[in-house]
Amino acid sequence: MWVYEKKLQYPVKVSTCNPTLAKYLIEQYGGADGELAAALRYLNQRYSIPDKVVGLLTDIGTEEFAHLEMIATMVYKLTKDATPDQMKAAGLGAHYANHDNALFYNNAAGAPWTATYIQAKGDPIADLYEDIAAEEKARATYQWLIDLSDDTDLNDSLRFLREREIIHSQRFREAVEILKEERDRKKIF
Amino acid sequence: MNRHTWYRTYRPYISPMDPCPPIKVKRYSTPPNLFVGFQPPGLEQFPALAALKAGTLWKCFYDPYYSLKELKRGSENETASP
Amino acid sequence: MKQLPPEYYSELEEIQAADFVIVELALYLHTHPDDLDAIKQYNEYVKLSKSLKKAFERKYGALTSFGYSFARCPFDYKEAPWPWQV
Repeated sequence: MWVYEKKLQYPVKVSTCNPTLAKYLIEQYGGADGELAAALRYLNQRYSIPDKVVGLLTDIGTEEFAHLEMIATMVYKLTKDATPDQMKAAGLGAHYANHDNALFYNNAAGAPWTATYIQAKGDPIADLYEDIAAEEKARATYQWLIDLSDDTDLNDSLRFLREREIIHSQRFREAVEILKEERDRKKIF
Repeated sequence: MNRHTWYRTYRPYISPMDPCPPIKVKRYSTPPNLFVGFQPPGLEQFPALAALKAGTLWKCFYDPYYSLKELKRGSENETASP
Repeated sequence: MKQLPPEYYSELEEIQAADFVIVELALYLHTHPDDLDAIKQYNEYVKLSKSLKKAFERKYGALTSFGYSFARCPFDYKEAPWPWQV
């Protein structure tokens, strides 16, 4: 089971009421390489992967939910008191028509989240290579979001999230090495 | 670790027929996880609060990304370093 | 509505820093299960995190439910602010 802790993994500070930025950030909430996709991908693949890497998928999948909450916090703060006119001016008129200021799992273009974003192949190497690719794609998305944002406080939190993708990728790469052959491990040091 | 270490550049072909002003040099990220291999034990760490700020406990993985706008602003007032 | 003192943010950040070291070491230990120094450091930070949270919860209310924190009367875990609101 899971236990909720009433705190963010990393502080999220937002300097301006800026719904346009929220529209872009939602890519990491309900997009193909976003945090929801990451969490669900890893926590589903773990049922059919060698025991040696089940724990890693479980813990990284769990950390992704903490990142999902950070993205949600950014979107929430950027749109909290935005008026319908401000939402419309930010390109969120269509979103407002369906959801008011509520969050929803869709990407920056408004396409709803879909399970076709993720895969579980049942082949450990295929799955771990997908996971490594997912981390690198999420890292790239954070780069483009930092390029789009002029909010220095927000960029600080986005840089944290991008760095986490680097570490997760590193651990998945090590998991591949472990599955290649346990007794070869010492040689890699 | 110098953050510029983790980026590479290339020069795309520029046609006289291109409508937008050309970007002469394109930059891409080659993060530390591509180079470390299986992490050896005992690598140098950040203290806890600095690790949180960096997003990693180990110095060798620290690779912050700044937009070109941020880098330009940073070199103007010399405050780009975190 | 409950208002938070300015030191709330720095006290929270101390917990976030301790827990971040724990997360980093946890992921590392999945691929380095025999690194005794890392395990010792992990346990040190578990101890630190627990003591920081005990003091924090006394001031601001329970951080967790489902038996991971003791409950006080009234049940303060359910009270705002939530993490995205602070």
